[in-house]
Amino acid sequence: MTIYIVNIFLFLFKSIDEYRNENPNPVFFLNSLLQTHSLQDLRQQAAIASKVFVQRDYTSGTICKFQTKFPTELETRIDKQQFEETIQTLNNLYAEAEKLGGKSYLEGCLACLTAYTIFLCMETHYEKVLKNIAKYIQEQNEKVYAPLGLLLTDPIERGLRVVEITIFEDRSIGSR
Amino acid sequence: MKSREYKQIEPRALPASAPPAPAAGKEQAQGGRARRKWEVFPGNNRFYCDGRVMVARETGALPVTLGLVLVTSGCFFIFDCPFLVQHLTGCIPVIGGVLFAFVLASLLRTSFTDPGILPRATPEEAADIEKQIDNPGSSSSSSYRPPPRTKEVVINQQVVKLKYCFTCKIFRPPRTSHCSLCDNCVERFDHHCPWVGNCVGKRNYRFFYCFIVSLSFLTAFIFGCVSAHLALRSKDGKGLIFAVQESPASAVELVICFFSVWSILGLSGFHTYLVASNRTTNEDIKGSWSGKSGAEETGNPYSYNNVFKNCCAVLCGPMPPSLIDRRGFLPTEDAPLSTAVEIVEMPASKNDVNMCTQGTKDLLESPSVSPILSASCPQAKPQMVSSAPPDSVPAATSSQGGRGHRSSPPDKRRPRRSRKRSASHNPAYIAPGSGLPPPLPTQATSSRRSSRKEPRRSSFTSLQ
Repeated sequence: MTIYIVNIFLFLFKSIDEYRNENPNPVFFLNSLLQTHSLQDLRQQAAIASKVFVQRDYTSGTICKFQTKFPTELETRIDKQQFEETIQTLNNLYAEAEKLGGKSYLEGCLACLTAYTIFLCMETHYEKVLKNIAKYIQEQNEKVYAPLGLLLTDPIERGLRVVEITIFEDRSIGSR
Repeated sequence: MKSREYKQIEPRALPASAPPAPAAGKEQAQGGRARRKWEVFPGNNRFYCDGRVMVARETGALPVTLGLVLVTSGCFFIFDCPFLVQHLTGCIPVIGGVLFAFVLASLLRTSFTDPGILPRATPEEAADIEKQIDNPGSSSSSSYRPPPRTKEVVINQQVVKLKYCFTCKIFRPPRTSHCSLCDNCVERFDHHCPWVGNCVGKRNYRFFYCFIVSLSFLTAFIFGCVSAHLALRSKDGKGLIFAVQESPASAVELVICFFSVWSILGLSGFHTYLVASNRTTNEDIKGSWSGKSGAEETGNPYSYNNVFKNCCAVLCGPMPPSLIDRRGFLPTEDAPLSTAVEIVEMPASKNDVNMCTQGTKDLLESPSVSPILSASCPQAKPQMVSSAPPDSVPAATSSQGGRGHRSSPPDKRRPRRSRKRSASHNPAYIAPGSGLPPPLPTQATSSRRSSRKEPRRSSFTSLQ
């Protein structure tokens, strides 16, 4: 039964390239595709048991950081260490995106001098890091989470509020 | 309004669906036209250029601002520059041109940029939050809105309260506020500026600051140049009256600039202070970090306690992306969810403090020009007045604060939230004790469309 699920995910990831042309926004296409296809296919194959939401951690201020507390629903599914490592890596990536350093200041000053018209042509540092994050999440889904019947949703799809983890049932059942 | 799945960022997803016409008209299969997310955006915003440009629903005084800037600068270049170039120096139109370009660019950027809107919670998220909040009172009496929920978090040795937003169904991050005019939660909410017709928040604060600073330079520059122009003309004993008769446009510019320069300079000074202490107008007006103790610097947990670093962080920090993904495509659905439900919208009353803040801010923003002063105050007021009647009804029935749906006009390009419309559907919406928008309206209207997703949705909600 898990083989079904793995096959579905492999199919999804293969078809990403052809879908890429239709969707102009590279940051968002991946998960919308994943979920479109995954939900359409899983409707026939497996049911979504539940979703777990990892909330934001605001103790360091307004920077984007997620709680590393291990949700109880995932205890039977995944290793705590692995989960924490994923979340920690995500936190580090977001910290890098929002870092105040020479590069971001330079970008800001240059933008100010050009009356902010430069943002129309150039991609910001933050957007570049978001692409890396999307890649990382895809890779994690492929390697770690899909075999366990889980699916990570890129937080940008949820407005950077939560990391949504979809838990699929372990057996494939008919749709509803 | 249309079918949606979990991945959609609007809570409409739960009982939502397309009315019959668009589902038939815009076939959701591969051959059909895929819709973009801005078309179903739940807030009070308008979108142009296929989602690239967004403004608040009420453009406010943006046309006035634009008109004033264009007219004054136009008159300056046409009537004053030739004389000044002749008698003084050719640099004047160049400097004027650069300042004018800055003003216009930053004004348009401020008005048309997403200020940092937080997308609303998906139904599953909202349900999850509900589960975490144990609210014993809600099951017993569902006829009134439960007291506002707060969560406390310690940031930098300061206790900060995070409030729950009933419209967006999220706990607002720190410094986020719900703008009642735009009906959105905005990150690092500064204020809703009627002059630029948009909220000023995390993403467009730097543009706004650039706008007011360059505008103060421009008005001061024009004021100085026009004064010099009139002074030169009235030289040789001809008198000021003669000079004004020769160049009447200059007198108009002088009057406009005289009144503007004080207010704009004052505003620039105020915002420079805010930038240097890393505060927002909202926090300053509410007195969040000052007033209790004299040491303002240590009160604010977000400040770096270094003026230079604060300025750099606010103005030159990394540019966060827009979280609402206006131009993303909605995923194609073969079977739409159950029909659109008229969920009661909880309008402006969400954040009463915010309204007061904005009212005060409106007064502060519109200083000395009296006709505009009277126009800008009612700007905020009619919004609240119109929302008041339906507000009383939803307040009685809804606890969650749904959103008004429009099911009848099918082919809407832009979502028009009609608060008045929501009042008629109040009885259908019962304040949920379980926390989710109840399946009741969903099932009531599900007979209109046979939906594969409908039972699935119920089964999902039953898992909560």
